[in-house]
Amino acid sequence: MRKFSVVEGVVIPLNRANVDTDFIIPKQFLKSIKRTGFGPNLFDEHRYLDKGEPDADNSKRPLNPDFVLNQPRYRNGTILLARENFGCGSSREHAPWALDDYGIRVIIAPSFADIFFNNCFKNGLLPIVLEKEIVSKLFQEVEANEGYSLSVDLTSQTITTPSAEVIHFEVDEYKRQCLLDGLDEIGVTLQDADTIRDFEQQWRERAPWYFATPGQAGN
Amino acid sequence: MAGKTLYDKIWDAHLVRQREDGTALIYIDRQLIHEVTSPQAFEGLRLAGRKPWRAEANLATPDHNIPTTREERSRGLDGIKDPISRIQVKTLDENCQEFGILELGMNDLRQGIVHVVGPEQGATLPGMTIVCGDSHTSTHGALGALAHGIGTSEVEHVLATQCLLQKKMKNMLVKVNGKLGPGVTAKDIVLAIIGRIGTAGGTGYTIEFAGEAIRSLSVEGRMTVCNMAIEAGARAGLVAVDDTTLDYLKGRPFAPAGELWERAAAAWKELVSDADAHFDHVVELEADTIEPQVTWGTSPEMVAPVSGSIPDPAVETDVSRRGNMEQALKYMGLQPSTAIRDIQLDYIFIGSCTNSRIEDLREAAQVVKGKKVAANIELAMVVPGSGLVKQQAEAEGLDRIFIEAGLEWREPGCSMCLAMNADQLPAGKHCASTSNRNFEGRQGFGGRTHLVSPAMAAAAAVAGHFVDVRQLNNA
Repeated sequence: MRKFSVVEGVVIPLNRANVDTDFIIPKQFLKSIKRTGFGPNLFDEHRYLDKGEPDADNSKRPLNPDFVLNQPRYRNGTILLARENFGCGSSREHAPWALDDYGIRVIIAPSFADIFFNNCFKNGLLPIVLEKEIVSKLFQEVEANEGYSLSVDLTSQTITTPSAEVIHFEVDEYKRQCLLDGLDEIGVTLQDADTIRDFEQQWRERAPWYFATPGQAGN
Repeated sequence: MAGKTLYDKIWDAHLVRQREDGTALIYIDRQLIHEVTSPQAFEGLRLAGRKPWRAEANLATPDHNIPTTREERSRGLDGIKDPISRIQVKTLDENCQEFGILELGMNDLRQGIVHVVGPEQGATLPGMTIVCGDSHTSTHGALGALAHGIGTSEVEHVLATQCLLQKKMKNMLVKVNGKLGPGVTAKDIVLAIIGRIGTAGGTGYTIEFAGEAIRSLSVEGRMTVCNMAIEAGARAGLVAVDDTTLDYLKGRPFAPAGELWERAAAAWKELVSDADAHFDHVVELEADTIEPQVTWGTSPEMVAPVSGSIPDPAVETDVSRRGNMEQALKYMGLQPSTAIRDIQLDYIFIGSCTNSRIEDLREAAQVVKGKKVAANIELAMVVPGSGLVKQQAEAEGLDRIFIEAGLEWREPGCSMCLAMNADQLPAGKHCASTSNRNFEGRQGFGGRTHLVSPAMAAAAAVAGHFVDVRQLNNA
């Protein structure tokens, strides 16, 4: 996984609560068997005026000029600012894949849905929870100042604004280390393979009914 | 010391290792797999040269984007017209074969929506930890299993290690007291709960559903409730084990039998929260106050009783909520204060992992029996949750009832719940749907979804607009 340390970038204000995973990446793009290539279809139903298809040439599609991603001032943004309950809905990891593929590295919101939040960390994206009031203030500042950018430092767990204001944020220690080191989580877990095997053996003795091969269970 | 909740008990039994940083390694008993969220996980295994830790702990079936017309299904993989869907379904077949995972393939009689198939096969057992790359995995909590959705990276992690890294959730108890009125169903209970606590109300919690109204539900009804725990923000929902649970499971193909069943059943009876268990949050509802529910907006929390009307954003004091309501009404093409009964419909969808089991189909069939779908309904479809549900329904003659009333009878799959296959709600059309999400575009680009129970969807099919199913029955 890509390492995360410091991200400095333009902030994209997506002023909307309960942005669900269908909003982030509509279902027709989930038919892909790859992890990449979802960026052009990020927020597809709001970014374009027509209906997107997996094999369409997105460069020829009509853009929705009102959608924030299409406004020139936010075009190269890497930090997404959103409202409550961002990423609610399905467990599709295509949502963080699409954000990542587009170039988003940090998402700031007052709250996130659990599964989405978790999926971000598996893909080198940093979701940051800030108080509602601070998020509202950031929205005001972003909208008032073209080119507004933030610097996000995961080591010190701080966000620095253009006026040098420093905002501290919390992040789970294990997740922080995984992001900083770009760890392969499966590799880390497999370091505990013996512990898992021991547990499994005991569990098999205590609850053998969970270990019967499907279709042959005790019959 | 306070007793343990059901969630605490299952968690503790599966704790492999508690790490100092607060995360825990949890053993996973069962992983369910479908075609959409697994290809990248299998590819990850291949790239790293890894094998499944315990292949037989996994069970796969394609459901999300397979066609539901008999014509396409009858010709197997080659019959799938959409080439991208075909590749995805084929990839699942190939991956299961390569990695030694049991798959109930597209035309296996046991194939179906993964959350219908698991319990139906007895592959979902009380006290298990169950994961699937699908948020509606919460469904399996109806059998007293700790079940939740995960992302594809975690699908790969569980394949490779049989474990998941987790932080323990908090405990929430949602108690539904008393008895439901006639014509009010499990779907109405869960929509009423979401209306009360909101779509983020359960974030960070595992919700245990309890109380007389939940206890009185069949296992299928409990599945409908737990299915939508995620719509309240909770990754997992749970219902304590009782005789209803055990009666449901006994004799199912993957459930233990004989002496092993007796031992298992004795152990499973312990799977209830202790009387003195501590819950971090408790919500209570009175069942007799719950009416049939209808969603009017683009989030499941935007819900009203059928006798009610669409709220007016102008009187909402919270600015953010008001904005959401305005956005939703604009998308839905609806006016504030419109009576729910005056919402005109174009499509009817009866199906999905929320409501496609035999009891759901019986409930809907009973309403449409001897009646006709209203002239303004362009398409009404019934999509059974599995091949076995379909077979059972046909044995009971439900298919004839639907077809004679003017509804289409389809092959099993997720279908128009998320519209990954050809079953899509056209832009601007209103659909009474028994599914779980009314998000913008969920059932099709520009489509307008109203979530309801199977009985209410059936009643709407006959009336052409929403109608209180209790009054339709009296008429």
